[in-house]
Amino acid sequence: MTGNVTVVDYGSGNVLSVSRALEQAGSRVELTGDPARIAGAEQLFLPGVGAYAAARRLLEERRLIEPILRFTETGRPFLGICVGMQLMMDESEEFGRHPGFGLIAGTVSPIPTTGADGRPHPVPHIGWSPLKPGGGGWRGGLLDGIEADDAVYFVHSFAARPARPENVLATCDYDGREIVAAIARDNMVGFQFHPEKSGAVGLGILGRFVDGT
Amino acid sequence: MNVRLIARLDVKAPYLIKGVHLEGLRKLGDPQAFAQRYYRDGIDEIIYIDAVASLYQRNTIVEVVRHTAENVFIPITAGGGVRSVEDARTLLRAGADKIAINTAATRRPELITEVSRALGSQCMVLSIQAKHQGDRWEAYCDQGREHTGMDAVEWAARGQALGAGEILLTSVDREGTREGYDVALVRAVADAVTIPVIASGGMGGTDDIVRVVEEGGASAAAVAHVLHYGHMTVPAIRAAATSAGLSVRRV
Repeated sequence: MTGNVTVVDYGSGNVLSVSRALEQAGSRVELTGDPARIAGAEQLFLPGVGAYAAARRLLEERRLIEPILRFTETGRPFLGICVGMQLMMDESEEFGRHPGFGLIAGTVSPIPTTGADGRPHPVPHIGWSPLKPGGGGWRGGLLDGIEADDAVYFVHSFAARPARPENVLATCDYDGREIVAAIARDNMVGFQFHPEKSGAVGLGILGRFVDGT
Repeated sequence: MNVRLIARLDVKAPYLIKGVHLEGLRKLGDPQAFAQRYYRDGIDEIIYIDAVASLYQRNTIVEVVRHTAENVFIPITAGGGVRSVEDARTLLRAGADKIAINTAATRRPELITEVSRALGSQCMVLSIQAKHQGDRWEAYCDQGREHTGMDAVEWAARGQALGAGEILLTSVDREGTREGYDVALVRAVADAVTIPVIASGGMGGTDDIVRVVEEGGASAAAVAHVLHYGHMTVPAIRAAATSAGLSVRRV
C-alpha cells in the first residue's frame, strides 16, 4: 500500500506547497501534528525552513521528535526536506551547537563563503543546481533517472557533512565547492533542495517517493 | 552557479499591472494566468509585488499567491504592504517562499531582524527601490514615490547586517523603460553585500541580463515588461542567454 503520505505540520515551512506538490505527484496527503498519526504513518514527510534550533524547538514543544524517531525505526519510507533533512544529522553549528536526531552520522556546517578559486560568492546559496550521484550512488532510489542537466532549487546557508561517504546520495557544485544535496540511510532520505519548488524534475522525484521507491 | 531568471509581476489585485518608473500603471490581465504561463515556459522564480498595499494599508496579494501556489511549483516571492512578522507568516502560509519588504523596513529596520529570526533569513528579501541622485542612489519607498533619505547602497549593507537573505534591487529610473538595468547601481550593491542580489528594472533584451550579471555581479535578473507585453518569451530569453555564454538552468 503506497501513496498515503503524512506531512508533519509543526509550524515550520510552507506546508501548503509541500502538500500540493505531493498531491500533484499522486499522493493522498495527511497534514498533522498528532504524535500518534506521525508514529503510525505509512510514509512520513518532514518539511522545514528557517533556523535549525527554531525548527527543533517547535518539534520539541509539540512532542514530535520521539514519534518521528519511532517511525524511522519501522523501516517505512521517511523523507526530510531542507531543515527537515539537516535535523537527521547528529548536530548543527547554526547559531551555536544544536543536537539533531542522530539518524545519520555527521554535522551541519556553514557553506564556504568563497568558490574554489578563492573569490567570494553569495551565501545563502540560492538557485537551481544540477545533481550528481554521491558516494552512495542513487541506483534504485528516489533520484534514479535524474539526468545531468536536471536542476533542482536550493536555498540554504548551511549544509550537511555526513561522516560516511555512503550516506551521501547526491551532491551539487557551487562555484567549485561540492555541497551535499541529498543524504540516505536504509529507509531514510533527506534532500537539501526543495523538490516541491523544483518544477517537473521535483514533482518526478516526489512521484517516486509516493510510489514507494 | 546558474543565473536565475525571474518573472516579476506587480499586482493591483485582481490585475497584473505595469507602468514606467513604477507609475502610470496599466492593467494587463489576470496575474495567475501570466504566472502559470511563465511557469510552464520554464521561468526560475516568480515575484509578486502588491503595488498598492503600502498606500492603502490593506493586503490583497494573499489570494493571488494562494491560487498561484496551487499549481506553480517553483519559488514564489511576495511583497507589498508587509508590515509585521504576522503579515509575512500569512503570505508564507498562502504558499509564498520568500517575503519582500521595502516601505515598512525603511520605517522600522528592526522588522528585518524580526522576520529573519522568526521565519529564517532565507525568506527575508529586502526590496530596495533606488533612484539616481547625483553620483549616488537614494532608497525610495511606497513604489518609488517617497524619499527615505537613505543611501541605497548603505541601506543594502545594513539590511544584510540586520538579517536579510537576499536583495531585490529595483532601479526606479530604469523600471519599465527597456533601456537596460542600472549596472552601476547593481555593481555598487553587489560589492557592498555577500547575499544574492536580484537586478530589477529596465530589461529590454538578453544582452541586458548578460551585462548585469557579468559587469554588475547580479545573481538573478527580474524581467517584467518584455514578458508581460509579449516582446519576448521565457524560452527565447533562456536560449539567448545560453548562447551568450551565461550559465542558466537547462529546461
